[in-house]
Amino acid sequence: MSSIGTGYDLSASTFSPDGRVFQVEYAMKAVENSSTAIGIRCKDGVVFGVEKLVLSKLYEQGSNKRIFNVDRHVGMAVAGLLADARSLSEVAREEASNFRSNYGHNIPLKHLSERVAMYVHAYTLYSAVRPFGCSFILGSYDQDDGPQLYMVDPSGISYGYWGCAIGKAKQAAKTEIEKLQVRILLEPSLRQGKILLNCLICVCYCYQQMKDMTCRELVKEVAKIIYIVHDEVKDKSFELELSWVGEVTNGKHELVPKDVREEAEKYAKDSLEEEDDSDEDNM
Amino acid sequence: RFGQLSSGSDMAPDWTMKEVSTGTTIMAVEYDGGVVIGADSRTTTGAYIANRVTDKLTPIHDRIFCCRSGSAADTQAIADVVTYQLGFHSIELDEAPLVQTAANLFKASCYRYREELMAGIIVAGWDKRRGGQVYTVPVGGMLVRQPVSVGGSGSTYIYGYMDSNYKPNMTKDQCLRLVSGALSLAMERDGSSGGVVRLAAISETGVDRQVILGNQLPKWSTA
Repeated sequence: MSSIGTGYDLSASTFSPDGRVFQVEYAMKAVENSSTAIGIRCKDGVVFGVEKLVLSKLYEQGSNKRIFNVDRHVGMAVAGLLADARSLSEVAREEASNFRSNYGHNIPLKHLSERVAMYVHAYTLYSAVRPFGCSFILGSYDQDDGPQLYMVDPSGISYGYWGCAIGKAKQAAKTEIEKLQVRILLEPSLRQGKILLNCLICVCYCYQQMKDMTCRELVKEVAKIIYIVHDEVKDKSFELELSWVGEVTNGKHELVPKDVREEAEKYAKDSLEEEDDSDEDNM
Repeated sequence: RFGQLSSGSDMAPDWTMKEVSTGTTIMAVEYDGGVVIGADSRTTTGAYIANRVTDKLTPIHDRIFCCRSGSAADTQAIADVVTYQLGFHSIELDEAPLVQTAANLFKASCYRYREELMAGIIVAGWDKRRGGQVYTVPVGGMLVRQPVSVGGSGSTYIYGYMDSNYKPNMTKDQCLRLVSGALSLAMERDGSSGGVVRLAAISETGVDRQVILGNQLPKWSTA
């Protein structure tokens, strides 16, 4: 899939003859080289999971965090060049802080993601600078707007999502997120043996399922997805970084408590051992 | 800020030497589903009534109004600035602005330029997040939300009336009667307030404006 833009890829201020800005595409490749991060939105909050590859045993546990706090109610999970991501998290923090200072209330996530996306986009316009080599997922929970999830990529685009994934295993993770809904629902129907009939109902329920989960249930599923997409062969050890924001935390974004994380990891490891069996506990 | 435009002689009329002020009585009351706001209609330069039919209830956005008291020029200028800022903010967010946001914008201007301004403003309106709200930004630039608020030079005469007659959870019509009654009392006693009573009721469905002319005002004295 490697496309070489010989001659047209030296700066972000140049289009190729087929209408592409190669520097931006190369920036997205930088994101694809990084390990996976996912974010899922549920009924009462948002959960982030990051597969943080540990490159050296000498690293202190919990260092090089990839999940940031942008504002009390907003969290940001990143993939790509970590230094670029850190710089953008500062930009996001300033935007959120200025908004509150000017207007007297929490910044709505849609507005924040548009503002940061605008900033990222600005770096795709000039030859004097390079685009940011990171994508990030923003999540928040608010009494009035409910849970929100937005993703920004190096081209400066931002979309709202129910569930999204970035990084090297994003395709696999996306499949798992989509499966998340269907599988849980197929369980009861499999037991009854009425698969075909219920499939139709499943599709209708599909959309419902994720929206009905609580954060506590979702944390386990997120951990499981990270464990599933982690490539044991290519990458050795990894740390699972989990964070959430929702009713369960009273609207405050924070890393999940140790006991919740351990429970989620245990669930993830156990389900992996059962090799994709449908006999998981249905919460 | 200067209280005198020029040091004239004793022969010059009073109004050449005084700033234009909305002497005023203004008030706003919250009810379940919206707010009722009211003001008198007198603008003075000294003892001369420059405008006896002033509209002191100024729209800032579709469902947000402000009641102006103090210097006419200052309050108009601030209202214009806030109207611009709020309109821009609303377009950016792609949704109707919050009353709290409008109030904070007023506060920002009133506090920053507190030495140069003379403006007492009551911000009131309806938004879908918190329904009807009243915020008061007196001279100096403080901001506080209140269920009922009165302002302007005439307000001093009706604190007793408000304290005894306001009850929480009134209906819209009860609020309208309370406001028109209070304003008439203030206009009766305060030389800087008078003219007609302007009322507005703001709710989800819209803004309903009324004028109560002099002869239709509630009468409190038997004379």
